[in-house]
Amino acid sequence: MNAVPLSWYLILSAVLFSLGVAGFLVRRNIITVFMSIELMLNAVNLSFVTFSYQFKQADGHIFTFFVMVVAAAEAAVGLAIILALVRTRRTLEVDEVNLLKF
Amino acid sequence: MDAILFFVFAVIAVACAANLVVQTHPIAGALSLIGVMGSLAVLYLLLGGEFIAAVQVIVYAGAIMVLFVFVIMLLNAGAERPVGRSVVARYLGVPVLVIFLGLLSYVIQSMLPASEAVRFGGFDGGAPAEVGRLLFTRYLLPFEVTSVLILVAILGAVVLGRKEL
Repeated sequence: MNAVPLSWYLILSAVLFSLGVAGFLVRRNIITVFMSIELMLNAVNLSFVTFSYQFKQADGHIFTFFVMVVAAAEAAVGLAIILALVRTRRTLEVDEVNLLKF
Repeated sequence: MDAILFFVFAVIAVACAANLVVQTHPIAGALSLIGVMGSLAVLYLLLGGEFIAAVQVIVYAGAIMVLFVFVIMLLNAGAERPVGRSVVARYLGVPVLVIFLGLLSYVIQSMLPASEAVRFGGFDGGAPAEVGRLLFTRYLLPFEVTSVLILVAILGAVVLGRKEL
């Protein structure tokens, strides 16, 4: 056995995405929750690159590039929001940020 | 060789991702995420994405994760306090996740049409020249729009980072 089938890359992508969802739901620290979102974005990127290989076109790489740009913008704004949150509420726990909770 | 590289780095990626879910301290999670991103860069290389692999290491593992680690150190974030979870979630969470992943793998494996195996060098359209040509011809408008997105993100970060909000 010298090469792996294409579907294994997709299965790996699905496993990483599911672990990202699990981290998003399980963790209480807002920074770890944010990093779980980054993990999900990475898993989707792997799917894009895999399908790009399948169709022998570089379009998937372009979309991966755009996802990275959006992730960078999201990280900048999200971390600024976390800084503002800590400055006003003095906490990093997502459960304690419940001002809008009915 | 392809299979060995795939298995080694797939196992590293999954182990680091599981570590991100399990760890309670954010700095350990950040290091695990860097491990995931590095091993994904190797997988991109196996799939013929040289440019994307380089960008993955430079932008994702280099810039974005440094931002994360910087904020973790700035806020002096410690380990999160253990919270009492429901008994159902504690004992059923991991088995349900494993069953779900098994089902997902089966569905992907059975629904995907039979395709060729991935060989290193089977696709050479991921070089910087090819990606750059696409980026400045067919995807020129989205590429320019992302510059506006970055500008808006910079302004948002500056406004949110001010002393009085």
